[in-house]
Amino acid sequence: MDARVAPARLRLANISKAYAAVVANRDISLGIGPGEIHALLGENGAGKSTLVKIIYGVVHPDEGGIFWEGDAVAIADPNAARALGIGMVFQHFSLFESLTVAENIALGLGAQESIAALTLRIGEISRRYGLAVEPTRHVHHLSVGERQRVEIVRCLLQSPRLLIMDEPTSVLTPQEAQGLFDVLRRLASEGCSILYISHKLEEIKALCEHATVLRGGRVVGECDPRIASEQQMAEMMIGGALPVAHRPAPAAEGKPCLIVDRLSLPADEPFGTHLRDIAFTLRAGEILGIAGVAGNGQKELLHVLAGERLAPSAAAIRVIDTAAGRLGPTARRRLGLAFIPEERLGRGAVAEFALAENALLTAWQHGGLVRGGLIRFAAVQRYAADIIARFRVVAAGTEARGDSLSGGNMQKFIVGREVGTSPRVLLAAHPTWGVDIGAALAIRQALMDLAAGGAGVLVVSEDLAELFEISDRIAVLSGGRLSPPRRTHDTTVEEVGLLMGGHTAGPAAAMAGVAHAH
Amino acid sequence: MRISLQARARPARAMVWLSPLLAAVLSVIGVSILFALLGRNPLVALDTLFIAPLQSSEGLAELALKATPLLLCAIGIAIGCRAEVWNIGAEGQFTLGAITGGGAALVLGGGGQWWVLPVVVLAGIAGGMAWAAIPALLKTRFNAHEILTTLMLSYVAIQLLGYLVHGPWKDPEGYSFPQTRQFAPDTLLPLLIEGTRLHVGVLLALLTVPLGSILLGRTMIGFRIRTVGAAPGAARYAGFSRERVVWICLLLSGGLAGLAGIFEVAGPDGQLTPVISPGYGFAAIIVAFLGRLNPFGILFASLLMALIYLGGEGLQVSLQLPIAVTGTVQGMLLFFLLAADVLINYRVRLLPARRVPAGDARHA
Repeated sequence: MDARVAPARLRLANISKAYAAVVANRDISLGIGPGEIHALLGENGAGKSTLVKIIYGVVHPDEGGIFWEGDAVAIADPNAARALGIGMVFQHFSLFESLTVAENIALGLGAQESIAALTLRIGEISRRYGLAVEPTRHVHHLSVGERQRVEIVRCLLQSPRLLIMDEPTSVLTPQEAQGLFDVLRRLASEGCSILYISHKLEEIKALCEHATVLRGGRVVGECDPRIASEQQMAEMMIGGALPVAHRPAPAAEGKPCLIVDRLSLPADEPFGTHLRDIAFTLRAGEILGIAGVAGNGQKELLHVLAGERLAPSAAAIRVIDTAAGRLGPTARRRLGLAFIPEERLGRGAVAEFALAENALLTAWQHGGLVRGGLIRFAAVQRYAADIIARFRVVAAGTEARGDSLSGGNMQKFIVGREVGTSPRVLLAAHPTWGVDIGAALAIRQALMDLAAGGAGVLVVSEDLAELFEISDRIAVLSGGRLSPPRRTHDTTVEEVGLLMGGHTAGPAAAMAGVAHAH
Repeated sequence: MRISLQARARPARAMVWLSPLLAAVLSVIGVSILFALLGRNPLVALDTLFIAPLQSSEGLAELALKATPLLLCAIGIAIGCRAEVWNIGAEGQFTLGAITGGGAALVLGGGGQWWVLPVVVLAGIAGGMAWAAIPALLKTRFNAHEILTTLMLSYVAIQLLGYLVHGPWKDPEGYSFPQTRQFAPDTLLPLLIEGTRLHVGVLLALLTVPLGSILLGRTMIGFRIRTVGAAPGAARYAGFSRERVVWICLLLSGGLAGLAGIFEVAGPDGQLTPVISPGYGFAAIIVAFLGRLNPFGILFASLLMALIYLGGEGLQVSLQLPIAVTGTVQGMLLFFLLAADVLINYRVRLLPARRVPAGDARHA
């Protein structure tokens, strides 16, 4: 409560913001003291994003005041926010694909210094905080996790006095997350305030000293997360009792439905990862988790399994009983394969298409949605409406555009679409990344139900807690090699973390890993 | 001061269709100023350009006649654009269609068989397709950009036509004029309305409007085309081949342009001459965008563009204005359309030339 004595670093007074139809923020007040780590908690759609956009100058409030160190300010745009000393790491990254890491950071800083000097400073920051980034790499080659590290480094280079972190740990290994917490604690002890947005309650308990909980655009509670229980905080967020994921009893050991045999594939991009001797068997009725930090071959493995790239030989990948290594995505889907990709808009779905058309994207081979080359829109609408109802997708109907949905709702829709094709093998890439508790739970439940129904499910994720919760077996992808899968009961988070860290224990090792992959 | 464009969060839906209307109105204003500067009464000139051609049945028939090639070319261009395949060489495919179709007419005509005209028309379509197949091959094989290849091939096609009518195909009894023999009557398109030049080709052109609309909106091929254009990553994920879509789009738009070409020479012209098109293939690009890449929108846009062609001829005859006026009006239309589109999607903001330190300037 010392924040009340000294002038708060940032104080929001009765902020309201309404969009055309929706009130995103209503009468929100909060204060963040110097050196305070303040959690902003809430489900997707609770108004967290709007609020941080207001603080960062991206959105202007309709009503209410913003006070920076006691003075009323109007933050016109992100440049103004940065000039005040506000830094932000977005959940959706704002990096230019065609530029290098250093060039992106130079742009964000509006810096006068040369790229060479900046490269040195980036190296210094990344070593100091244990955030492996390679300044000369092009962003379009980077995985989600690597892009986030770039964003964090970019913010730290500006020595911010208030750092806003939007779901920063979702793509880090446990060890890296711990490393990040150390960074944040150190920044806080140096006097930097931190606004930490997350729905991972154990993290908030471990890190934050104050939490503001939003629901439906309003502040519904405040607490000291060191004292409040996770249960209490979760129930404040969702405004009711917490649902629990239920894992149906594991079926008897099923028949192999996806066999990968000595699959090696050179990277197709200069900074990609070579896949080396990948071998595993996925059985009907099981969930096989593949852990690992992004950039260790996940993208390459998923692309070759889904058929977007072809394997060197047909026999390297067998789907059910067919050698499928040389088949394209459409032919593999016909064999019963479905795929939930990592990126939602632009890959799993098309932003400017209606949900009905997005349903058609991969489901067009199923259930008479297309006949004689003609799309049967009534059937497509029904299919989409069915997904929306079954997965409680929050959307303005089947004609809502893809980009009108929140990330979690879009993901539920994509999962629903893929599960709805009754696949015999489902590949899921980071299925709950950046998704709120309720949606994540629904998605995990869908995966478990699918496995219980006799399909084989392969989940590639960086979220170890999730993999341990839902997987029957876990393997680790590191440097393009896959460790032999182990029964989840017979392994531990630490053991898997070490396998993951085999190439990522420190930035030096990670960079060696990159060099190694050339 | 510096000018900055900032993306609007949500462009107004209605403005997507208001923008072409706005562009048309601004073009009328702009062209009026131009007439005044040229020393003509703007009201008289506007009447000549936009009203007079519509006041006789002959004028209306000529309007439909000129809209036909524009419509055919623009529908094909628009379908390509939906997949981000930018065929701007419809002029060349139009010319090739006229050459192959015209060649067939010269060889096969005169016997009076019923099948000659369909073969001539199909030969025209095939010629346009073949010409568009070259950029398709270059794009899918060597990643050569179709904007360059289709445009450059247009000039090749025009040169080829010039060579043929000056050389091997020249009418031996034509007093050395660079033109072919007149096509035989059995290779000419039947007239739709006696006493005008309007032929049955206009009906086929009209048919491409609903067909194009169905193709884009209701078929799996159209869905693939739109997906490749809107999100190439999603198309790869869904297993839609970009190469196949490139081929479909270029062959389709080339075929339609080739059809427009043979309609022109087997219709009003009746022979091949060095200049068979007043730039229909290029004007069709404007038509496609003015019609918002939507077949029904394109129908109206092609009529407007045809009116500009027709009225431009009137201006030459009755007000002694140069033919360049037609091109100027077309250019204004495209300019205002693009400007209106930019303003729909972006806000113009004037910013101070230098960044003011936020700490003192931004305090409320």
